[in-house]
Amino acid sequence: MSPYITVGGVVLVGVLLFVAGMGVRRLLAPYAPTAAKLTTYECGVDPVGDGWAQTNVRYFLYAFLYVVFAVDAVYLFPWATVIRNADLGMASLAEMGIFIGVLLVGLAHAARRGLLRWV
Amino acid sequence: MAVDLPMPGIGPINNDAPRPIKVVLNWGRRYSLWVFNFGLACCAIEFIAASMARHDFIRLGVIPFAPSPRQADLMVVSGTVTDKMAPAIRRLYDQMPEPKYVISFGSCANSGGPYWDSYCVTKGVDQLMPVDVYVPGCPPRPEALLQGIIHLQEKIASETLSTKSVRAKYAGSRRAVAGEVTRPLLTRPSAAGTQVTYRPPGGMQS
Repeated sequence: MSPYITVGGVVLVGVLLFVAGMGVRRLLAPYAPTAAKLTTYECGVDPVGDGWAQTNVRYFLYAFLYVVFAVDAVYLFPWATVIRNADLGMASLAEMGIFIGVLLVGLAHAARRGLLRWV
Repeated sequence: MAVDLPMPGIGPINNDAPRPIKVVLNWGRRYSLWVFNFGLACCAIEFIAASMARHDFIRLGVIPFAPSPRQADLMVVSGTVTDKMAPAIRRLYDQMPEPKYVISFGSCANSGGPYWDSYCVTKGVDQLMPVDVYVPGCPPRPEALLQGIIHLQEKIASETLSTKSVRAKYAGSRRAVAGEVTRPLLTRPSAAGTQVTYRPPGGMQS
């Protein structure tokens, strides 16, 4: 229970700090609202075109390979820190084998589609 | 743009604060000037030199890392202001939070400098927005910018912010938009020897 009290205290102090900062600013700072302050961009020129920008579908390949390797790393690194723990043993090894096997299917799919060729 | 803008003012505590408190608040403002470098020409190089190790204006409390005008207190316009750039400068000045200060750095920003008779150069950035300190030179040395910063800090230390002074400073121009400092294209003279009439930016919308 006590760790949660600590977390709650930190959250409370954080909220108080924010409220104090914004409140003091409101009590002290000068203000002169302008219409320019309500605009979205800060580059000084009018935006060109609209907000919808399309990305070429070919770039999905990069996203696909990124997911394969990044998800790989996200779960392998924490596992590497406890790999010598005797309690985990063969069970964790088998689970990670299944996990990497699933990712390997994806990588094999990428290789079969010719995504891993150099050019 | 139909936006309901409240009147300019100042926080209630600061408005009614006794003199020592205002001195402390001014002291805080003058030594934490987050600067927004509007570098337009060679003067910007001198500005950058002033921010580097030899001249180092960070020791004066001027912090050159404002990521956007919305987080800056001081705008240094260093370089030649053209009529085409004028609306952008004006809009970024409008986006800065109060209290905001402007240093005009170099002859071009002061008055147009060597390009005073060009068809496209604004005759000084003070045609677009209020300027607090002018730094002369073409380009000024970094020491001149340091002097200008110290001058601005003395000015901040001696000012008394109140609802009245804030309104006097900002209310007159805050409803202006960046589009009002644009001008239409100048027309080519029809024949040799024709008198070219200069039309100042701003006032004229044909």
